[in-house]
Amino acid sequence: MQKDVGSVVVKRGLAQMLKGGVIMDVVTPEHAKIAEDAGACAVMALERVPADIRVTGGVARMSDPELILKIIDAVSIPVMAKCRIGHFVEAQVLESLGVDFIDESEVLTPADEAHHINKHDFKVPFVCGCRNLGEALRRIGEGAAMIRTKGEAGTGDVGEAVRHARSVLGEIRRLQTMAPEELMAYAKEIGAPYELVVETKELGRLPVVNFAAGGIATPADAALMMQLGVDGNFVGSGIFKSGDPARRAKAIVEATTHYRDANIIAEVSKNLGEPMVGRTVESMPQAERIAGRGW
Amino acid sequence: MKIGVLALQGAFIEHEAVLKRLGVDAVEVRLPADLDGVDGVIIPGGESTTMGKLAVQYQLIEPLRELAHAGKPLWGTCAGLIFMAKDVGRDQPLLGLMDVTVQRNAFGRQVDSFEANLNIQGVDGDRLFHAIFIRAPLIEAVGAGVEVLARVEKDDAEVIVAARQGNLLVTSFHPELSNDDRFHRYFLKMAESKT
Repeated sequence: MQKDVGSVVVKRGLAQMLKGGVIMDVVTPEHAKIAEDAGACAVMALERVPADIRVTGGVARMSDPELILKIIDAVSIPVMAKCRIGHFVEAQVLESLGVDFIDESEVLTPADEAHHINKHDFKVPFVCGCRNLGEALRRIGEGAAMIRTKGEAGTGDVGEAVRHARSVLGEIRRLQTMAPEELMAYAKEIGAPYELVVETKELGRLPVVNFAAGGIATPADAALMMQLGVDGNFVGSGIFKSGDPARRAKAIVEATTHYRDANIIAEVSKNLGEPMVGRTVESMPQAERIAGRGW
Repeated sequence: MKIGVLALQGAFIEHEAVLKRLGVDAVEVRLPADLDGVDGVIIPGGESTTMGKLAVQYQLIEPLRELAHAGKPLWGTCAGLIFMAKDVGRDQPLLGLMDVTVQRNAFGRQVDSFEANLNIQGVDGDRLFHAIFIRAPLIEAVGAGVEVLARVEKDDAEVIVAARQGNLLVTSFHPELSNDDRFHRYFLKMAESKT
């Protein structure tokens, strides 16, 4: 019996199974258990959440393999881990550890100022951030099996995630109205592979699953992103930088499932304790913003 | 014909799309009231722990069991198979309807996820079924009333990946991701015979 592993279908397929769910940043096996118990559909194993990466400064790299393995052992749900943009050896290491998904992430310090990883080379699927349709389709062209908005990680300010989701989803809506002869010029304008522009127009959505990420901190934030049209949510610093992580995590999971039901969102939002303090993106100097990383 | 698709988390839209292509009404089930008037329920792939916790929190466990006991067909794919099983070897919320013992993530991690062509008992046509396995579970043991529908090779042995017990159907792979609706038509026949 022939078994095909690492195909586009099984890579994109895992992302399809994550839809409607919440993927949570965790920095210890104990956090990972709290996330799983709260109903996370996957966890992102990290040494520091983005809010702490901002505080610590310096070069942010792939996490210690030992920590990632401990988190893999702690939970039954999929485990993701981050590598630097363009750092294909960090990606090879993460694949060898058995992580289920790699996030080629702008939250870490980019290792290549011009190129992303050729993700077709790997059996493990990749998720990449984007701010607009052109960036999303370039990443898919390189082999990404899943897309997320970049938002502005580690701020607790959902505004940038909204901007990026509106940009991608609005551009797809405009694409629907274009005549066939306009598509090549549009592909050139947004710097995207022509075939993927055509496919996106035909599908009326990205050819891969599209999550929100970057600044989601409350159940209402999570439901807002779902109503805007994303397939699920990443929550990073927003959970474990809040007053009562277990409770907030569970509330964000429930708000993501029942995203159109304001009564349920209201109910789960009660008495959650302090949200992460957060920082408005507007108040940040350009040099501290990370969403611009990626090419 | 109206089929409910459990929409707590996972790949429910893919099942809805196949049902709509086959001319069947598909309704998303997130709360017990969404089950009113359904002729059957599909429990999709996703994360079984996430689905189980949400099903407990929103009081869906008993209504789903009642539907099954009333003879309405239930079909679980991947996480849905886990959720319908009696025993999965660990403590997590389950419907506990199907007399099978399931091993979760039985083929390894995501890099071991695979596609393979299967010979499936009772599904129309002579063609093999192209099956997609994603961090898939397998069925280690089945009770007396369970009919095995398909097996796949694993470590030089053949393991069970599809089974039926009366009005209950389970597959450890994802027919909603294949461009082949024979499994969905098989399930709809089960539903038709009950209406």
